Amino acid sequence: MADLLTRSLDRGALAFLAALAAIGILVPVLNLTVPESSPFYLSSYFVALFGKYLCFALLALSIDLIWGYCGILSLGHGAFFALGGYAMGMYLMRQIGTRGVYAHPVLPDFMVFLNWPELPIYWYGFQHFAYAAFMVLLVPGLLAFVFGWFAFRSRVTGVYLSIITQALTFALMLGFFRNNLGFGGNNGLTDFKDILGFNVQAPGTRAALFAASMLALMLGFVICRIVVSSKFGKVLVAIRDAEARTRFLGYRVEAYKLLVFTLSACMAGVAGALYVPQVGIINPSEFSPGNSIEAVIWVAVGGRGTLTGAVLGAVLVNYGKTYFTSGVLAPYWLFVLGGLFVAVTLLLPRGVVGTIHHHWREWRERRRLAAGVSYAAPRPAE
Amino acid sequence: MRAFSDRFIALVCALGVLAALTTAVRAGPYEDALLRFTADSFDETIEGINAVATSGNALAAQVIGALQEGRLLFSADEKQVFIREASDQLIDAATGRPVVGTAPSDIAPVRLNNRLRRIVEAALGGLTLMAPDAGKRFEAAQAVLKSRDANALKALDQAIPRETDAGVKQALIEARAAVVLYLDNASDADKIGAIAVIRQRGDQEALALLGGLPGNASPAVRKAAADAIASIENSLAFWTALQNAWYGLSLGSVLLLAAIGLAITFGVMGVINMAHGEMVMLGAYTTFVVQQVIRAHNPALFDYSLAIAIPLAFLVAGFVGILIERGIIRFLYGRPLETLLATWGLSLILQQAVRTVFGPTNKDVANPSWMSGSFELGQITITYNRLWIIVFTLVIFAGLLALLRFTRFGLEMRAVTQNRAMAASMGIRTSRIDALTFGLGSGIAGLAGVALSQIDNVSPNLGQGYIIDSFMVVVFGGVGNLWGTLVGAFTLGIANKFLEPYAGAVLGKIAILVLIILFIQKRPRGLFALKGRAVEA
Repeated sequence: MADLLTRSLDRGALAFLAALAAIGILVPVLNLTVPESSPFYLSSYFVALFGKYLCFALLALSIDLIWGYCGILSLGHGAFFALGGYAMGMYLMRQIGTRGVYAHPVLPDFMVFLNWPELPIYWYGFQHFAYAAFMVLLVPGLLAFVFGWFAFRSRVTGVYLSIITQALTFALMLGFFRNNLGFGGNNGLTDFKDILGFNVQAPGTRAALFAASMLALMLGFVICRIVVSSKFGKVLVAIRDAEARTRFLGYRVEAYKLLVFTLSACMAGVAGALYVPQVGIINPSEFSPGNSIEAVIWVAVGGRGTLTGAVLGAVLVNYGKTYFTSGVLAPYWLFVLGGLFVAVTLLLPRGVVGTIHHHWREWRERRRLAAGVSYAAPRPAE
Repeated sequence: MRAFSDRFIALVCALGVLAALTTAVRAGPYEDALLRFTADSFDETIEGINAVATSGNALAAQVIGALQEGRLLFSADEKQVFIREASDQLIDAATGRPVVGTAPSDIAPVRLNNRLRRIVEAALGGLTLMAPDAGKRFEAAQAVLKSRDANALKALDQAIPRETDAGVKQALIEARAAVVLYLDNASDADKIGAIAVIRQRGDQEALALLGGLPGNASPAVRKAAADAIASIENSLAFWTALQNAWYGLSLGSVLLLAAIGLAITFGVMGVINMAHGEMVMLGAYTTFVVQQVIRAHNPALFDYSLAIAIPLAFLVAGFVGILIERGIIRFLYGRPLETLLATWGLSLILQQAVRTVFGPTNKDVANPSWMSGSFELGQITITYNRLWIIVFTLVIFAGLLALLRFTRFGLEMRAVTQNRAMAASMGIRTSRIDALTFGLGSGIAGLAGVALSQIDNVSPNLGQGYIIDSFMVVVFGGVGNLWGTLVGAFTLGIANKFLEPYAGAVLGKIAILVLIILFIQKRPRGLFALKGRAVEA
């Protein structure tokens, strides 16, 4: 185990993890223990906002794992994120109990409102956190497995895969908009009260959710590092760069793709589950294809195939979004976002972190050459 | 005293004359019928309605009409009936003359209940069967068909031979058949004849008439009715299928319009243009601007607004397309995923730009007169705008095929698609062809926008709604094949409309998406996959 970790976490990854851990501890501490008058105080608003960014970062990480390392561009990862969110939302709805508007002990408000006689079977068990947490992993994972099994087996690749993943999330969005599906239709699930017995609105809970998100992000990062630095990961990169050749070498390409796709969907599900209690609502618009594509651009900005870049990209772009959409500049946000898509693909195809990496490597190589060492580090395929 | 007695005598004489007059007037059946309204009893009122309706008096229609609207008043003391005009003027129902002086003090409206209201409607239907206006007569016939009121039979029998309008005559005959069918004392032969007439009609109304046959009907009548029902249901199923097929064709043509430009940029060039929907939107906004300019400067030209908008929309969208190709896409050839992201970003920018210039609300684009309205074909309604859009789509499709097949540009385009390097060494300027091809695909999207502006909301989000569907069509039909796009679009359109009645609009759409996803598993390269070397390129 220790061997596995030391092999997969290089110095850069360790430094990154350390930085994440520091933020994960510092932010809740500054929010909870520092008096409000102090300049070091962080508001609960800030904590919830950055907690949200961390969930997006985990989503970006899951996309980077399949896009950056396996060449699968999923334009429907928002679907897995939202499914995880719905699973958590169902748990939170069951926790409301009699405190809802209609004070029904079992049925959520929207079901009472729609005259549902009893709880649908698929809502059973969601009053238990452990069951809900299991579903957060199972539902997106299962969907990804079934979908991927069909798609990869018949060798749907490249843009075709991108388009059908987009169709998948679009179909789910249309489905979840329907009232009779039993997930609250248009309005989704909201008005949450408790999570594990703690008030979701309380600053302490928010700080804890922030720390949990950070923990999930770090765990996701470690898992991704283990995957990509293993032999398995090398095969993934081979598939990304030359799928047919990898197949000819005797690897079961679809099995590799399926496994990593399912893992990535589970990570996205966890991100969604952590996202919902922090924003207090989940509705079908989370399934909209636009959201999924936006998540892809976070990865592209940060730099695909870098993992750290995905995390930084998600936080940076979302911070930019908050900054723009909350002020007088709001009408221009879509220009900025659209421009970002164009500029990054045209001018910065490696992304921010990828470009820094690239220049850093070149610089090191030049120095090594200057020092007379005639050894060139192998360049990974772009 | 004397003056008083004189006046008294005069009064008595006057009363005597009046009484003589009124008894003289009251001699007819119409006047007797009117009296029944003064009894203030529902049963008497029914008698009154029927008697008035069959009296043949010129005032009958007016009286029943007033009764329906609660404007028929009566005075129990004076045994008189009045009609209140819209101007509050009272008219004596017996004579039709305005009432002078004060009305009786106990005047009150004749009361109705629901049972009476139906009878009133039926009576009115029977009365207006001979109205001078053909439209009125048709409505009356329909009313009788619905009410099946036996009292109307007499009026119908009078009206049918006199009727000159063929459509109204048919309606009258059908109404008569409906009445006969429900008449207790009609012979079986009459009833079977009536069933034959209703069977001819063959719609939901006919089905309801035959289905609601009273239980005391004879076996022969029942059998005839059952046969007729089966036959009508068959023909209705046929018309429903035809209607669905028509809706499907209409949807298919819209899908084809939206996808056909994509078939060029994605299918032929292999460029994923997520901003394709925005080209459609630009075309729709061009139509809007053209109509605004025409409205402001030369309203007489309004019917030609689309003819002006079509070339303009093609040029605007095509020009923007060429700009996009030269500015962005040419740097991204061979990197389809990056192209996808960049063009998505572009679509956001274009949407926001249009929203900034024109505002976020829907714009009003009107149908020219030759595109509004509809006509009936058998039992389906065909609207002109849908029909024109199908025609327009097919014309564009044919034009595009011809362009690819017969022009030098088409030849060069196909050459570049099939083997870029070889085409370049033959002296074709491939980058110029790329730009023009992309411009062509975008221009066609602009044309689609002109058509869609006629049936959809013109808003900045117009294109977004079509992009996923368009990709589905192209992928389903097979990339790089225009015929595949045609078949794909119409198949999806018709399948969608046939699924809708069973699954609802949203579930139908989901089902289609799932089916396409499954279909791609089976045939990853679409319905009409390219075969041979071109596949590897």
